[in-house]
Amino acid sequence: MEDNAFCVALSLLVSLDAALFQIVVLSLKVSLMAVLIAAVLGFPLGAAVALWRFPGRGGVIVVLNALMGLPPVVAGLVVYLLLSRAGPLGELGFLFTPGAMVIAQVVLVLPILAALSRQKIEEMLGEYREQFISLGMSRARMMPTLLWDARFALLTVLLAGFGRASAEVGAVMMVGGNIDGVTRVMTTAIVLETGKGNLPLALGLGLVLLTLVMLINAGAYLVGEVTKRRLG
Amino acid sequence: MTSLNASYLPSSSGLLAPPALCFDEVAFSHEGKHLLGPCSFTLDGIGPTMVMGPNGSGKSLLLRLAHGLLSPTRGKICWSGQELCPRQAMVFQQPVLLRRSAIANLMHALAVNHVPRRERMKLAMEALDRFGLAACAKVPARVLSGGQQQRLTLARAWLLSPQVLFLDEPTSALDPAAIKAVEAAVLEFHQQGTRIVMTTHDIHQARRLAGDVLFLSGGTLCEHTSADAFFNQPVSPKAQAFVAGELIE
Amino acid sequence: MRKTFKLMLAVVAAMSLTLSAYAADYITLASTTSTENSGLFDAVLPKFTDATGIEVRVVAVGTGQAFEIARRGDADSLLVHDTAGEQRFVENGYASERADVMYNDFVLIGPASDPANIRTAENAAEAFSAIAKAEAPFASRGDDSGTNRAELRRWESAGVEPDGDWYRELGSGMGPTLNTAAAMDAYVMSDRATWVAFGNRQNLTLLFEGDKVLFNQYGSLLLSEEKHPHLKHDLAKQWHNWLLSEEGQQAIADFHVDGQQLFFPNAK
Repeated sequence: MEDNAFCVALSLLVSLDAALFQIVVLSLKVSLMAVLIAAVLGFPLGAAVALWRFPGRGGVIVVLNALMGLPPVVAGLVVYLLLSRAGPLGELGFLFTPGAMVIAQVVLVLPILAALSRQKIEEMLGEYREQFISLGMSRARMMPTLLWDARFALLTVLLAGFGRASAEVGAVMMVGGNIDGVTRVMTTAIVLETGKGNLPLALGLGLVLLTLVMLINAGAYLVGEVTKRRLG
Repeated sequence: MTSLNASYLPSSSGLLAPPALCFDEVAFSHEGKHLLGPCSFTLDGIGPTMVMGPNGSGKSLLLRLAHGLLSPTRGKICWSGQELCPRQAMVFQQPVLLRRSAIANLMHALAVNHVPRRERMKLAMEALDRFGLAACAKVPARVLSGGQQQRLTLARAWLLSPQVLFLDEPTSALDPAAIKAVEAAVLEFHQQGTRIVMTTHDIHQARRLAGDVLFLSGGTLCEHTSADAFFNQPVSPKAQAFVAGELIE
Repeated sequence: MRKTFKLMLAVVAAMSLTLSAYAADYITLASTTSTENSGLFDAVLPKFTDATGIEVRVVAVGTGQAFEIARRGDADSLLVHDTAGEQRFVENGYASERADVMYNDFVLIGPASDPANIRTAENAAEAFSAIAKAEAPFASRGDDSGTNRAELRRWESAGVEPDGDWYRELGSGMGPTLNTAAAMDAYVMSDRATWVAFGNRQNLTLLFEGDKVLFNQYGSLLLSEEKHPHLKHDLAKQWHNWLLSEEGQQAIADFHVDGQQLFFPNAK
């Protein structure tokens, strides 16, 4: 069967099947969008928690770390209840659209980006702190400097977030509905084909997904290495 | 702060008295451990002031307290009689440089000090040039040699045109050529009228640079005298032993 | 640094544009996995879209969840297979109208060795009690779906309380339940459409069929305009009427898998 799945995956890739192409593009769009939004919110949040001392800070860190393990279906359920017509954001009519999937993935990825960037930036701050105070920098001024100087570490964090977003199925299934041509992504398509008993096709789709994630990781790794070598 | 260096460039001699630093019964302890003082002194001469003493005597601590990185547990630190803070900079034993090019490090310091964007490049290039680093402008700061890195931190300090410059064992990890360059830079600051307060454990370096000496041992200030007096007729037994080259605690 | 930031902004803007672009005329249909998994919608929906220009977006879930989605006002239309539940849905005011659309039937699937010997059963009740008596593994959907509800009714009429190690509630859709049954050589009740289109049979084979009580009726519901005024009732009505029309019924009848008709239109 594995041979079979490889053949299916290969022929799927080679034939550039239109439906598959659409699914792949949607998967990438939704996950990249979610990761970018989560980064814009999560990195400053992580940096802020690293920089400021406030009551309940320990609690915030524990919660962020714990939310890294949030089960996707729970995230999906929460977003579903929020976006449902009967829910507080129902008016937007977002449920069963790619937008809803982006929101659910942001909920999943944000804690990862915030918690890991907090850790990286706190490490870096340990090294820079005295110099920063010596330069007369306020904490708010330290934030952009630290975020930029931690860019290589943050790229890895970003990839971890993307991995989580592109691999999860529970949340997007629930809020996207796996609608053919509208909200069907790689993972929900795999669930569907498994349900149909089309195991080779399901595994083939899985291999395609894995290949994509690997290509993105390789690309990011190369970019990181090259710039790192150039910038030290 | 638009024309940084011009704002206080000394008239000609370069030996205007910089802001005086005054320690009044300053003591510091951390987690119940008494580490320094209480000690009182006033730095109102021309300097440069060398802070000397064996390892663990509290030299770095004194510098950090004076620079404001740490707050004293007791006592007061004041400048020229008031608690106003003059412009100051500090150079650390291990150069702390951002993960960017040499010039970007300098431009960052200027940005932090609200120098307008269009002036940053010119000022940064001038500073690199002054410290012999013009050729390394685009090189990542962290791949420069130890000596170059320390000169870069001096260039960064230069851009801030400090009235007071603290240096914490700036040459302890450098080879002789690099030490020479750093010492020249320190003297250049001095000649521009910057108060120099520098720790060193190298007695020869202290002889080359010192105007006056603060000698610490075991967290206590043992002696504050002119360089001549310190090296020729040290008063305290600890200082006598130190100058004589004995190993003291 | 600013260049990178600008580039990122542009990418985000471009992506949000493409993500938010959707067709003007579409309805969301909450329906069951059996209709989706068998491929019925792939065959029927394009014909409806050609005829009316309306796109139908199918969210395929268990019947219980489909009711819940409709109850919350998250779907414009409902196509499920639990006649009793559908009638209750109308009585409770969530739907204004219910109509028979098509039927197929449930079949009993099991390992070819047939340890409970249900092949020879006279009727469904006998087959079910034979499985219980032999305590042969039985995989139940256990997800409050239409199939699950129908299966529980069959145990009831066989006078058996399904309980014990042999009765395994999976809480999964039809396809995953078939996959699991195949892996553990268990009996399972499936709708015929999903079974025929199912690709991972291994040892499983069709063992019992044909009793009238295994009849599986699908119904289309028009949702309440009072409860959910925001829904696309006009478009949903077009869909509902088209399904019941000659054209729609013909489209259902024309859908075959391996030469076998899977759904039988029976609108009145």
